[in-house]
Amino acid sequence: MSKRANYLLLIVFCLLFASVSVSAQQASSNMGPEFMDGRAGTYAIRNAHIVTVSGADIDNGTIVIRDGRIQAVGASASVPAGAQSIDGRGLTVYPGMIDLGTSLGLIEITENGATGWVDTQEVGEINPNSMAFVSLNPHSAHIGTTRVNGVTSALSAPQGGLISGQAAFINLLGSTPDAMALVPQAALVVNFPGLGGGGGGPFGFFGQQQGNITEAITARNRQIDQLRKLLRDAEAYGRAQDAAAQDKNLPRPDVDVVLASLVPYVRGTRPVIFRADRDHEIRGAVQFAEEMKLKPIILGGDDAWKIAPFLKEHNVPVVLTGVLNLPRREDDYYDVQYESAGKLQAAGVRFCISTGDTAADVRSLPYQAGMAAAFGLAKAEALKAVTLYPAQIMGLGDRLGSIEPGKIANLVVTDGDLLEARTNIRYLFINGRQVPLVSRHTELNEQFKNRK
Amino acid sequence: MRKLCAIFLLLALLAPGWSLPARAQGRRAGGTRAESAAAGDTLIRNATILTASHGTLQNADILIRNGKITAVGPNLKAPDSARVIDATGKFVTPGIVDCHSHTMLDAINEGSLSVTSMARIRDVLNPTAPNIYRELAGGVTTINALHGSANSIGGQNAVLKLRYGHPAADFVFQGAPPGIKFALGENPKRSNGFNLPGTPRRYPATRMGVEETIRDAFIRARNYKRGWDDYRAAQTRGDKTAIAPRRDIQLEPLVEVLEGKRYVHSHCYRADEIVMLLRIADEFGFKVRTFQHVLEGYKVAKEIAAHGAGASVFADSWGYKLEAYDAIPYNAAIMTRAGVVVSVNSDSDERARRLNIDAAKTMKYGGLSEEEALRTITLNAAIQLGIDKWVGSVDVGKDADLVIWTSHPFSVYARVEQTYIDGTVYFDRTQDLARRADMEREREQLEKAEANRPAGDGPPPGAPRGRRPASHHADDEDTDGGNDNR
Repeated sequence: MSKRANYLLLIVFCLLFASVSVSAQQASSNMGPEFMDGRAGTYAIRNAHIVTVSGADIDNGTIVIRDGRIQAVGASASVPAGAQSIDGRGLTVYPGMIDLGTSLGLIEITENGATGWVDTQEVGEINPNSMAFVSLNPHSAHIGTTRVNGVTSALSAPQGGLISGQAAFINLLGSTPDAMALVPQAALVVNFPGLGGGGGGPFGFFGQQQGNITEAITARNRQIDQLRKLLRDAEAYGRAQDAAAQDKNLPRPDVDVVLASLVPYVRGTRPVIFRADRDHEIRGAVQFAEEMKLKPIILGGDDAWKIAPFLKEHNVPVVLTGVLNLPRREDDYYDVQYESAGKLQAAGVRFCISTGDTAADVRSLPYQAGMAAAFGLAKAEALKAVTLYPAQIMGLGDRLGSIEPGKIANLVVTDGDLLEARTNIRYLFINGRQVPLVSRHTELNEQFKNRK
Repeated sequence: MRKLCAIFLLLALLAPGWSLPARAQGRRAGGTRAESAAAGDTLIRNATILTASHGTLQNADILIRNGKITAVGPNLKAPDSARVIDATGKFVTPGIVDCHSHTMLDAINEGSLSVTSMARIRDVLNPTAPNIYRELAGGVTTINALHGSANSIGGQNAVLKLRYGHPAADFVFQGAPPGIKFALGENPKRSNGFNLPGTPRRYPATRMGVEETIRDAFIRARNYKRGWDDYRAAQTRGDKTAIAPRRDIQLEPLVEVLEGKRYVHSHCYRADEIVMLLRIADEFGFKVRTFQHVLEGYKVAKEIAAHGAGASVFADSWGYKLEAYDAIPYNAAIMTRAGVVVSVNSDSDERARRLNIDAAKTMKYGGLSEEEALRTITLNAAIQLGIDKWVGSVDVGKDADLVIWTSHPFSVYARVEQTYIDGTVYFDRTQDLARRADMEREREQLEKAEANRPAGDGPPPGAPRGRRPASHHADDEDTDGGNDNR
């Protein structure tokens, strides 16, 4: 009898160990090929609540994903044979979120030097030929931790200098920069010259400057002139190249990689992002862009609400990165930054919300939108501000940002409101590929949570 | 120059919060706990109360008398004179206790020596810092004001109630046990910091040296304590020839640590340095009260639990330097399940304004219950600071430090309506909004006056140099994840 009991115990132990090893194996195999590239297939998410963003919500609908795209959406969408079915009962489907203010893939650990890796900033002031696309690291741990919180696309931008370089628009999935980038050269990034940073009241810049305002203005204007001259040179370079291409008798101008990289931007075929926060900087950037016939986007925009009518009149979009920033000035109202998105929206300014974080905190994008919604922005608008609006600002409104047939299938399936911190993500699709919900963080959690 | 100073002074006076009713009542929350009980009676009616100690009460009332919570429950009777706040549809929580803050500090690192236990935070409080008000507007009522992490032993902390509008001395939390900041890992090493060429580097420069620095300090403190013990014993024996040891204000706080009278709050990241400090504590016979940040605490949760130390963490900050690369948002949940008392802190004037959302993240990452999550920013932090008999939960007898929210405090859509300390309103959104038209008018008048316009054509003068910073950036010298610059 006791022998039998011993056998039973042994069997129980074996089963226990077997199940432990299976689950451990699952955890590690999740970090395998599917972690990098997802799993391609035809999928049907059934009986889910669908927040299309562009149109009305669908209460009990189906979404069909095929060949990387959303093939059909509706209460009675027909499901192709062989589609893998996902039970969406009790769940909600949203388009993936998009953050236009990041440096994802360019930076792993903020700390500079040999201990981290940082590829955000080239040497010198003028680097339009530096392309984020070239330095994108698909194996950055931030890619995984960001997307499992529902952010599926981002603009990854270089930083520093006067012209930082060219940003890439990426989906957060893929083993190579080529697989990730939807638009490898998506925008030129310019730090629009200002009078010195920071706030501190109407006279705040004196505090930062500790010098003479006339000198500060001269220095700023000199930088703007430098920028103006460079862009005019690029225009001329483009014309000379075109002319030489049409007329073989003309001498072909020497190749200049800096000027060549600027040509699409001075011709207004691609957008130029101006980092600018204070009202006079934003105004200056917009006026400069009009003078040079550029296609401007303001990144930062802390004070944009103060000149909202001007921005609306000039139809310049703002990527708002400061929702959670402390107010710039001592006498600002406590909620001045929380409220600014709502004010821009009410004034009819095109805008979207971004974390403005290089990498680690991009996953907090939904909470920034949520804070704006707590302070005056309608909830539906807050959702658009992190989905459809950023897509539209980048000229990708026909491919991303909402749940519509034909769009890229970047979808997030949740058990609640996408913007709430308590909400869990249950399924994730990027480029129509199902992405396992694992990251460096879930991996370390699995490794240590049951340590006895 | 003098005129410009005057303008700044006027603008500072304009800052929100200065005309709070609390201030109009004059100096009130004075030096002693008994004295701080002057507020009128208040009845908060018909709220959803998240008590943090005994669950959630629906449609319940809270009676506040003399700054204390005197009753909690349905259909309470209030004296006729009591102010009644209708909180129907609203949520009430205890005031948030932020267990790691540098708010209202004019300085945080005495970076000359690595053992500066004599330096006191309460000597550098700036009671006019605007971020105090901004944090009240996020529901924070008590903070643990700590030194930075430049030194192995940084200095004496101050537990403060955010009694904005009062002099600095009134902020001090009466009865809170004293504490001291320690720091382990990269920051006290200073090896990554700037060093003038030709000057020697400050010791320590490795984790080995940090351990040795702390050990050396405690060896000296132990000897110092023996000297005093021997002297007192001799006095008791009636030995008139005994000579008192020379007083040492660097070692006195460490003797208090050895005697269990002063809490150790230690900045740390990596698992190895956490167990290092546990070894030292065991060797010298003291307890580590809290590990701060403790990013890899989840790797040694059982060791921390066995020692009885608390852990005060970021909700989800990570990757801002190499020693923060293994930080995971599951940290709070794993340590909680291992039996550690865990709090979630800000270490940032910015993040302190939304600790409610950081607490909510502990439900998502690791599945803490709603009450466990709420405790990370209230009761657990109060326990870690030894002030839980006064604050940290909605219980009869505790200080009336309360927050009224428009919706569930874990919702991103929630806003703080009112924040109470000792029954007095220190933030009221309705009043804040009502003041704005007046403030705009006043601002316009001041700007029109152009008091600093220069005579003639010369450039305007620069700003006064000695001006206090509007906010302290903890990461100026001390990169421990404060995201103030974001």
